[in-house]
Amino acid sequence: MLPYIGRRLLATIPVMAVVAVVVFSLLRLTAGDPAAIIAGDNATSQDVAAIRARLGLDRPLAEQFAIWVGRVVRGDFGESFFFKKQVSELILDRVEPTLALSVCTLVLTIALAVPLGVLAAWRRGSWIDRAVMGFSVLGFSVPVFVIGYVLIYVFAIELAWLPVQGYQRIGDGVGGFLERLVLPSITLAVVFVALIARITRASVLEVLNADHVRTARAKGLGELPVLLRHVLRNAAVPIVTVIGIGIAVLIGGVVVTESVYGIPGLGRLTVDAVLARDYPTVQAVILVFSVVYVLINLLVDLSYTVLDPRIRY
Amino acid sequence: MTLRRVVAVLVALAALALGGPATAETTLRVVMHSDLKIVDPIWTTAYIVRNHGYMIYDTLFAMDAKGEIKPQMVDKYEVSKDQLTYTLTLRDGLSWHDGKPVTTEDCVASIKRWSAKDSMGQKLMGFVKDIQIVNAKTFKIVLNEPTGLVLGALGKPSSNVPFMMPKRVAETDPNTQISDFTGSGPFVFKKEEWKAGDKAVYVKFDKYKARAEPPSGLAGGKVVKVDRVEWKWIPDHQSAVNALLAGEIDYIEAVPHDLLPVVKQDANVKLVDYNPLGNQYTFRFNTLHKPFDNAKVRQAVFYAFNQEDFLKAVIGDPTYYKVCKSFFPCGSPMASTKGMDGLLESNFEKSKALLKEAGYDGTPVVLMQSTDLAVLTNLAPVAKSLLEKGGFKVDMVSMDWQTLVARRAKKDPPAAGGWNAFLTGWVAADILNPVMMGFMNASCEKAMFGWPCDKEIESLREQFARETNPMKQKTIAEAVQVRETLYPTHIPLGQWYLPISTRKNVDGIMTAPVPVFWNVTKK
Repeated sequence: MLPYIGRRLLATIPVMAVVAVVVFSLLRLTAGDPAAIIAGDNATSQDVAAIRARLGLDRPLAEQFAIWVGRVVRGDFGESFFFKKQVSELILDRVEPTLALSVCTLVLTIALAVPLGVLAAWRRGSWIDRAVMGFSVLGFSVPVFVIGYVLIYVFAIELAWLPVQGYQRIGDGVGGFLERLVLPSITLAVVFVALIARITRASVLEVLNADHVRTARAKGLGELPVLLRHVLRNAAVPIVTVIGIGIAVLIGGVVVTESVYGIPGLGRLTVDAVLARDYPTVQAVILVFSVVYVLINLLVDLSYTVLDPRIRY
Repeated sequence: MTLRRVVAVLVALAALALGGPATAETTLRVVMHSDLKIVDPIWTTAYIVRNHGYMIYDTLFAMDAKGEIKPQMVDKYEVSKDQLTYTLTLRDGLSWHDGKPVTTEDCVASIKRWSAKDSMGQKLMGFVKDIQIVNAKTFKIVLNEPTGLVLGALGKPSSNVPFMMPKRVAETDPNTQISDFTGSGPFVFKKEEWKAGDKAVYVKFDKYKARAEPPSGLAGGKVVKVDRVEWKWIPDHQSAVNALLAGEIDYIEAVPHDLLPVVKQDANVKLVDYNPLGNQYTFRFNTLHKPFDNAKVRQAVFYAFNQEDFLKAVIGDPTYYKVCKSFFPCGSPMASTKGMDGLLESNFEKSKALLKEAGYDGTPVVLMQSTDLAVLTNLAPVAKSLLEKGGFKVDMVSMDWQTLVARRAKKDPPAAGGWNAFLTGWVAADILNPVMMGFMNASCEKAMFGWPCDKEIESLREQFARETNPMKQKTIAEAVQVRETLYPTHIPLGQWYLPISTRKNVDGIMTAPVPVFWNVTKK
């Protein structure tokens, strides 16, 4: 197992190298000039040129790339063009809200989607099945920001049960922290629940007709133990795989959700940095997201060995 | 937890239990038009940074509600009979946020840094022979020749505003951002609470010595009536409005016009027209390339356009716009309709006739459209339609504002990634006279993007800068305007307004060209 983990971790290096080249090139190919944005509308061409020189944007692209990679290898993402702060500091500042939102969403999703999927498969063709599948289609179809606005209108403005926007750090009080995460987490979870519930249903359906399940029932085992011990465990590998893949969906959703709910997380940082052409910040955030994604995939692969003893690395 | 911390917590709890109710701190929660990312109002001209500047810095002079320049940090000033020496004396008791007194050394260093960046400051320094420090409270500005720019430049209301900073800060290279945010203004910036992309926090500066006069515009007594102002950044307009309706925030600087009806319907919210001069839409030419390298072709645009179509398409509600056939904002001292007769009336036949006269060969106008800013998006399609009716061929290219900002700086031909025209908006306070108005600068290479090149306009701008008599200045401004109709550098497309939206318990918002937070109360 350990050599496998080592090999996988080593394999992330070329992946990161490719990501670095692509991100760097894409940003430089994108129209827009951070120096012109920084200088403001009333600035002269000379002001813009002075800022460009100060930021090092007047150097050849290869030189800019070499400087950036050299820094990243030393663990230095550089300084943001706009925030006048180290990018690593900016990212650390924004990790908590995004992590909190992602974890809450994941917990909510797994708590809802897996039981719903199992229930739909177990009662295949019934109204429960149709309702779960109907919800899934709806969850996929409605854009995240529409769900967000509807929830805000109903629960924050009309009923005034929850705040419209904002984030409270956990250190400033658990009550306020959770209160501000309820609506964003539900908003983000809707798509995710739809995805996982469908996969769970399909996967469970496949196992429900397997011989070992019939044997378990024939032995007189109750339905619940059959579903939990014999069905769900054997159906878990595809479900966990989709949860892993869904992290990418989650990252995309976080960007929108954080904007709608005014949460100062990594998603908002990404949007702000892209709009402002803050190259060091965009490059660093995308690298971080890529590392997270690669590590999650590794964890998913490792989880297979726990869920299915036949799998060995 | 250490023993010391346990004791501290217990003492604090006991104090709370025994001390009775604490005095409630008044916090004004505000959503500004943009996030505060940069905090040096000299380094950038961005309006959000200018607004930040008004929170924490003070100015030597300031513009009042009537548009007149009044002393602010200055107690008294004298102008010598030959109008070559301005002697400025600071008020007593001015201090920086770190408690040190404000001195003339600080002010002189601040003027030097500001004038290195600001175009009006540069113009002013062209007249300045020397700045002499007399003592800690008095300094002299000695001129080479008389100019009417001294007070106007030092009391300039908009970017770059000549904010006063401590000498150690003002000595920072003008092209390097400052990192020390010590000011002498009515609020103190809480650097440790500032989280770009989330919020910026200001607290009342208890030692601020306000002028005795009542506040007026950006001048007069800057009395702070709340303890704390939080600029909360909510990028999504709908979410910001929702937060205002729910009472989570108290004030939004710029609700888009299409959301104003939602705000108006709520009984707990009101709209405040704080900026009577508002903003001006502008069509900017690139004079380097065909077809707009020909002044006659540019004149044709003046005939093809009318302001109402633009204003209706973007603003919609006539409450928030005004047709204003003047280069200078209507309601401001230099406003005039001189030379504008027959223009901006969509006289397409005249436009076509001028194009024919100019030998227009059908070269398409590459018109840049900004698609991500609601206040600009609909302008370009209107321009395209009117230009086509007036005989032009138009190639409208859509992009986000930041791309436009980068592209407009390019002098390349339109076919090679350059441009012919774009539309933008100016805050009226930035375009009050021919020297302030950046788009009127017709100094060729040194001019703003568009690079107009006209000796007559430049000569008139020079005359304006030299003139000290306001009546004569107005006559010169009118002459510049007339010249602009013959050699158009840009076209004014009308004035528009955006009220501040607040909860009803917020009062005292100043009528000024910039949203400021002194005098504001929250019940």
